[in-house]
Amino acid sequence: MSALSALPLSGQIINLLAAVLLLISFAMLVQRRILSLIDLFAAQGAVLCLSTVLVAVTTGQRHLYFSAAITLVLKVVLLPWILHRLIRRLNVKWDVEGLINIPTTMLVGIVVVVVAFNLALPISQLAGTLTRPTLGIALATVLLAFLMMITRSKAVPQVIGFLSMENGLFFAATSATYGMPMVVEMGIALDVLIGMIIFGVFFFQIRTQFDSLDISHLEQLKEK
Amino acid sequence: MNPAALTLQLLELVMALLLAPLLMGWVNQCRAWTQNRKAPPITQPFRLLAKLFEKDVVLAYNASSLFRFVPYMLFACMALVCVIVPVLSTDLPFSPAADVIALVGIFALARLFIALAGMDVGTAFGGLGSRREMLIGFLAEPALLMVFFTASLISRSTALPTIVESLAHREFVIYPSLAFAGVAFILVSLAENARIPVDNPTTHLELTMIHEAMILEYSGRHLALIEWAAALKLYAYFSLGFGLFFPWGIPQGTGVGNVAMALPALLLKLAAGGFLLALIETLSAKMRVFRAPEFLGMAFLLAVIGMLVHMLLEVPA
Repeated sequence: MSALSALPLSGQIINLLAAVLLLISFAMLVQRRILSLIDLFAAQGAVLCLSTVLVAVTTGQRHLYFSAAITLVLKVVLLPWILHRLIRRLNVKWDVEGLINIPTTMLVGIVVVVVAFNLALPISQLAGTLTRPTLGIALATVLLAFLMMITRSKAVPQVIGFLSMENGLFFAATSATYGMPMVVEMGIALDVLIGMIIFGVFFFQIRTQFDSLDISHLEQLKEK
Repeated sequence: MNPAALTLQLLELVMALLLAPLLMGWVNQCRAWTQNRKAPPITQPFRLLAKLFEKDVVLAYNASSLFRFVPYMLFACMALVCVIVPVLSTDLPFSPAADVIALVGIFALARLFIALAGMDVGTAFGGLGSRREMLIGFLAEPALLMVFFTASLISRSTALPTIVESLAHREFVIYPSLAFAGVAFILVSLAENARIPVDNPTTHLELTMIHEAMILEYSGRHLALIEWAAALKLYAYFSLGFGLFFPWGIPQGTGVGNVAMALPALLLKLAAGGFLLALIETLSAKMRVFRAPEFLGMAFLLAVIGMLVHMLLEVPA
């Protein structure tokens, strides 16, 4: 209690945003509809951007403003727009994922979060930043996105899981060391964008080959 | 025992008994407005109760004594809960009688008896309703306990007055864990009070009903007591939610000035909360019964995450 009230208000708000980030990750994990999934991804990007700006304001780290701007442009506007376009072009708008048993996925998710929090605890002791308690949440976000990629069978949600994982990594970098060097961040942003475009091409290839975006078809590539 | 506190306690009971049907009427009114219907007057639940109290009781000839005993039991349980939850003041003589865990127990006791009564007469609907109610209950209870545990961890006590006091009279701190617990609490309250995403309180459609199916055989004053108890339960959940998440305005002392301050705050919160409930009910569609485990699993998950987040972010390392 005493340590918490010692935290400045901005620190508390960053904590709250971190918690919202985790909540969105869970919502993505259990979301069946692809369109809602994209909206959730955009929301995650927005929360990430907000928390980065707050960290920048609090600590006076200039380059974090650029990171926040890149996040805003790339993850809140550009990528969701590309995804929406892709979905319209692929005509999988009403594609509802036949997920295996959502309650089980949620329970696995809780276990993952517990593991992530315990893993992050000794690491965050080493970091000297204001935001170090949120490292556990960042790690949990990464692992939950990973879990989402494992449990999904369609291609588009898997890619969204991949992008969400990058969100988690970005958040981890912000909370542990106030962000990565500018060059690295630009590189990653470019990577994600290019990756998205390549994925888009893949989607069309997969669909023309199998008439569906179900990844399980890829397991039988051998000619019989 | 302090006579002022005792008076206040009595006042709280009377207020709960009167405000609960009014709250029900207010929710119905808001729901009618948001759905573009003409609203019934806010006192409609009172008229219903008066009508039912006047009517004779019709009992199935194979109903046991348990069937006749349950409405009183149910009413007593809910009235007890309303007495224990601090609404007007945190310094009430009855409040130490039960902490939050016992409170969940009282809810469970009431649920057990109504489920037994549903099966007592032996109609198909009664048994169906009872089974569904137990399904909902067994999923909602752990989630509710987890919500209470989060609040208890923050205030380091399971006694409700202490929780409310320490949350209300602290310096302003944002607790992310309480946000999670709050959402979980809303989900649980919707399920427990037979509100729309889980159950529809106004329908007698056999495929969807849960609460109504159990009380189908009741009539007259028995039905009146059950309806009143349902209203009291809703009121109790509202005041629990206010106590845990919006405790501002609940004073510590028992003076007249304190009560005069607490009462308008309570009415304001009830009005806002009732409107919100009506809004949720209007915006969401009734779920299939088999989706309910998912819904309540979500509540449980949120409550657990709330606890975990509390451990990670809010406990000094």
